Amino acid sequence: MPEKNYSEILEDVLKILERFAKPSEKISEETELVRDLELDSLQVMEIVQEVEDSFDILFPLNDISGIRTVKDFVLKIQKEANP
Amino acid sequence: MNSGLLEKLKPVANARKTLLDLNIDPFSVQIEELLSPTEARIGGKNVLLAGTNNYLGLTFDADCIEAACRAIREQGTGTTGSRMANGTFAGHTALETEMAAFFGMSQAIVFSTGFVANLGVISTLTGAGDVVLIDADSHASIYDGCRMGGADILRFRHNDTGDLEKRLKRLGKRTSNTLVIIEGIYSMLGDRAPLARIAELKKKYGFWLMVDEAHSLGVLGKTGKGLAEEVDCLKDVDFIIGTFSKSLGTIGGFCVSDHPELDLVRYSSRSYIFTASPSPATIASVRQALRILAAGTEIRRKLWDNTNRLFSGLQGLGFRLGPEATPVIAVYMGTKEETLKKWQSLLENGLYVNLVLPPAAPDGSCLLRCSVSSAHTGEEIDRIIQAFSTLK
Repeated sequence: MPEKNYSEILEDVLKILERFAKPSEKISEETELVRDLELDSLQVMEIVQEVEDSFDILFPLNDISGIRTVKDFVLKIQKEANP
Repeated sequence: MNSGLLEKLKPVANARKTLLDLNIDPFSVQIEELLSPTEARIGGKNVLLAGTNNYLGLTFDADCIEAACRAIREQGTGTTGSRMANGTFAGHTALETEMAAFFGMSQAIVFSTGFVANLGVISTLTGAGDVVLIDADSHASIYDGCRMGGADILRFRHNDTGDLEKRLKRLGKRTSNTLVIIEGIYSMLGDRAPLARIAELKKKYGFWLMVDEAHSLGVLGKTGKGLAEEVDCLKDVDFIIGTFSKSLGTIGGFCVSDHPELDLVRYSSRSYIFTASPSPATIASVRQALRILAAGTEIRRKLWDNTNRLFSGLQGLGFRLGPEATPVIAVYMGTKEETLKKWQSLLENGLYVNLVLPPAAPDGSCLLRCSVSSAHTGEEIDRIIQAFSTLK
């Protein structure tokens, strides 16, 4: 899989998150996944699976605890996708 | 004023208020009197029980009751101690020997509940640097056991072996330190794991395999050992976990294995060391129930006759059911409010089933979950079908 930069990963992540968020929700890098998007734990785990498949990476559930914002999420994916 | 720690309970309070406003309180059902394995008094009325996980109906078996009473008279009401201290009686050791023999394995450990068996075994076997790869629909105790261990937790889509293999490929050499965990029968939808295919993947990728047979012990397999026996994969499974609180009608948990190292798990497992051991009455009734299970197939033939009768009856009414007929029969309902009202309506009509609301059910579904018992009579199965027909 070709290496993706931050902006490309952000774009893909936003597409995934939009499927789980309320239609009215405007999502940005600073959006907080749980507080702003009101995602429950099951939704978060489903998003992680989607991300794993989209970027062909492993994303352990125990790594979620350190992630608050969309930006945190994208940086973590970038690290896993481009080790 | 901010209520600090208690603030997080506000959503729970709101959810409960919604239920109470509907005049429905499904999570506070009180069984006033047990009349048999399949009948109880609830709200002053006789109610047929179709949501008890009492698959073999052994809770009122005369020999199990007598064994429990004798154990209380001879050994007292409780052990008052941990297995590692004063809580291992001769019965605990004998039960471990009998469980290992029943499964044809060399090792067995008995825990105080099935939940703590999963906590204890998973968190001891896996740690930092290891991987646990679990089915997405795994029981809460499996998730919690994984968290306690500190290994990397990955999940694959429910019963999707293609999805599992994709993740195994990504793991590369790490599969030798990976524990894959599946269940014999999944507790919400009642479907079996594709164990035969997963055993093939194990040969290819070299991971470790654990099967939780909580809902399949006494239900599946020629002699009731569970799914691993049914699909002839007992030798492919590294660890079998289970509970005594369903088919065997009491409470407690176990792990069996052919790996001699399982015996060392008891020295490191916090949920084995730091809790009181099962009471003498519990152990005695489990041992008797295991004898009944091992002795014959008639009780399980009756269970499957009842299962097929209920599954086809509900299917005939046009309900959408779980993917296959097992003694866990999930009936899909509509919205949360509709499902609550239908659950209440069944109870008022003298039928108790389990109410399953998101997030407990997969995919945000609302379910009315029936569990079948070999103790149900044919007439009782027909009454369950009749009660559901009033919901159409």
